[in-house]
Amino acid sequence: MGDAEAVAGLPIVASGVTLVRRSVRVLDGVDLTIEPRSRTFVLGANGAGKSMLLRVLHGLVAPDAGRVTWGHDTTRPPRQAMVFQRPVLLRRSAVGNIRHALAIAGVRGAEARRRADEALARVCLAAIADRPARVLSGGEQQRLALARASALEPEVLFLDEPTASLDPPSARAVEAIVESIHASGTTIVMTTHSLAQAKRLADTVVFLAAGRVTECTDAARFFRAPRSREARTFIEGERS
Amino acid sequence: MDTLSQSFALALQMVTHLDPRLTQIVALSIAVSLASTFCSALIGLPLGAAVAIARFPGRAPLIVALNAAMGLPPVVVGLLVYLLLSRAGPLGRFGLLFTPTAMVIAQTILIVPIIAALTRQTVEDAWGEYREQLRSLDASWMQSTLTLLWDTRWSLLTVLLAGFGRAASEVGAVIIVGGNIDGVTRVMTTAIALETSKGDLALALGLGIVLLTLVMALNVGAHLTRQWARARFG
Repeated sequence: MGDAEAVAGLPIVASGVTLVRRSVRVLDGVDLTIEPRSRTFVLGANGAGKSMLLRVLHGLVAPDAGRVTWGHDTTRPPRQAMVFQRPVLLRRSAVGNIRHALAIAGVRGAEARRRADEALARVCLAAIADRPARVLSGGEQQRLALARASALEPEVLFLDEPTASLDPPSARAVEAIVESIHASGTTIVMTTHSLAQAKRLADTVVFLAAGRVTECTDAARFFRAPRSREARTFIEGERS
Repeated sequence: MDTLSQSFALALQMVTHLDPRLTQIVALSIAVSLASTFCSALIGLPLGAAVAIARFPGRAPLIVALNAAMGLPPVVVGLLVYLLLSRAGPLGRFGLLFTPTAMVIAQTILIVPIIAALTRQTVEDAWGEYREQLRSLDASWMQSTLTLLWDTRWSLLTVLLAGFGRAASEVGAVIIVGGNIDGVTRVMTTAIALETSKGDLALALGLGIVLLTLVMALNVGAHLTRQWARARFG
């Protein structure tokens, strides 16, 4: 692992991961390594298995064949977080949602207050900390979900199309927050439909087609000259 | 026709003047039904939440049984509790028959299925929405349950009110195990049954008015609470 600072739950290594749902191979023999501190983007068409891959890497879904290890460990480490396409917020205040997540992680008292306040400030929601979370706008809800994830100070943050249902300014705000979370040392694994977004943020691209990884490569190289036919078609489709 | 209007006028007078006979019966009714709602909540809320979240063999039959038990015939429950508590029954030595405690036991048996079944439905809907997020947060089984119960608190309040309404308006079970003893176990429903057969229609009607008003007020309250909560918490 070279000179990289030791991180307990990393790298995440998937080997031969296969997932079958309703007799369809949603993931088909996926081999993949998520390196510490990387920003890995999973790209692919609808139904390619991107969301499922994230859930398997996060440990939410167990593969039917193959295995995932987190820092050579076969049990999922605690310091991971995930932000879903549609944020799932509780019927509490904005800050209450963050405190709830921290309490589950065993963080309480002054430390929890400090982390919650910092997380809200990071996503510019400090002013509405006491507003009920579920009546916030879509963009605010997604920023709150990011704040909740970042308050957990995860080693790895998974994001499943976090900007899919947001307008461009809200999407940009989310991107900036993801960047700042990455800058503080968190490994990012994200799916998106926006190639422009992947170009801006990714340093590694994993391309999925029908549950198979057709490419796992440096982002710059991927966008310059994708090697697989599927990826070329995908990128050309976006341009035309 | 004359009897009806006379009785009605007398009944209204009793209600507005807080007739002591009437208020005593109403107070006991509310106390007994509140106690059974409380006991049923202690059993029914965790039971409903557990069935909503856990996956175990026999879960589907249990859900069917819970739903079916919502319609338990009160007189049958009354009879069973009577047999349990009567002198010769297994719990006879506690001397509970014909006491308010016996009525609380019978009502609790009647409304635990209501509260458990409705809680199961409510929590299961929320669980569908929250499952992945709670798993992602690595919440334990207990933490997930508490989170779901708290997040559905406004719907569950309606569930508890439904249970209370059933307890307060039920007559078959409490008349068997309580015995409708004046000043001890006489509640609104049993008093209405008795006074009607005795011909004291004014008291029966007065109690009827109170009972209807109570059930109506509970439903209006439940409706307004849910509306408010939806606007406030989404």
